[in-house]
Amino acid sequence: MTDRVPVLKIGDVLLVSIQTDLEDQMVLDLQEDLSNRIVATGARGVIIDISALEIVDSFVGRMLATNASISRVLGAETIVVGMRPAVAMTLVELGLSLDGVRTALNLERGLGLLRRLQASRSDRA
Amino acid sequence: MRDYGADSVSVTEVAVATNGDVVKARQMVRTLAQSSGLSLVHQTKLVTAASELGRNMLVHGGGGTVRASAVVEGPRKGVWVEFADHGPGIEDIGLALTDGWTSGNGMGLGLSGAQRLVDEFDLDTGSSGTTVRIVKWGR
Ligand SMILES: Nc1ncnc2c1ncn2[C@@H]1O[C@H](COP(=O)(O)OP(=O)(O)OP(=O)(O)O)[C@@H](O)[C@H]1O
Ligand SMILES: [Mg+2]
Repeated sequence: MTDRVPVLKIGDVLLVSIQTDLEDQMVLDLQEDLSNRIVATGARGVIIDISALEIVDSFVGRMLATNASISRVLGAETIVVGMRPAVAMTLVELGLSLDGVRTALNLERGLGLLRRLQASRSDRA
Repeated sequence: MRDYGADSVSVTEVAVATNGDVVKARQMVRTLAQSSGLSLVHQTKLVTAASELGRNMLVHGGGGTVRASAVVEGPRKGVWVEFADHGPGIEDIGLALTDGWTSGNGMGLGLSGAQRLVDEFDLDTGSSGTTVRIVKWGR
């Protein structure tokens, strides 16, 4: 059994703060847990804080991109926050574009972005 | 590429048979990169490349051994890492090094991306296995 990354619920937002160097199974488990929690809680937003991550390789990058798509289909927006500059530079050189993944500088800005997205969505509804 | 493995006096190694071992190999490389004085960006690039190559070794090569060492050449300091497996080898190297090409359901960025992230890259593959050696130099 590997550890699981905790998914916290704060209001209608799910918050994931990745604190350890993830092995691949934990990455897959997180993806599954997040999808399940979005449905179970009816969350409208997900924030994934990667400020503690020293690297994002193609495996984690793919999880972030897949998760963004899945959560959108399930009615929630995902914002990835806190990417380190060195990680961003490395991702680009690796060739990973993270298409469709919304990002924000930090948690506070991520929450602000979620709120704006939700406001514009309810305007349309 | 110079035979850094044979030249080096202190090679550390991690046997890779599980996902957890890939994490250990990554950490070994990070520790060396830090003690060799690589900049944060260079450390990040090297460790990311090591993560890709370690995973390839496990997923495509059935596991193997990661060896790493600090290397010095004149005024330069760097880190050398070797990933050796006894898997089926890579049939078409050109194809495998093409961005986006995967024989499985990956993104096909690991091998080509790792090559871009390091300064020296050596790929030796055949029916008795694959060995990839990389070097990242400090500034
Ligand atoms: N150690 C290895 N032994 C055998 N084949 C390998 C090895 N490493 C890479 N390959 C082959 O090269 C291809 C390209 O590797 P690459 O890492 O770029 O992509 P991938 O592993 O398929 O996907 P990902 O983007 O998730 O890494 C692989 O699909 C595989 O066929
Ligand atoms: Mg790969």
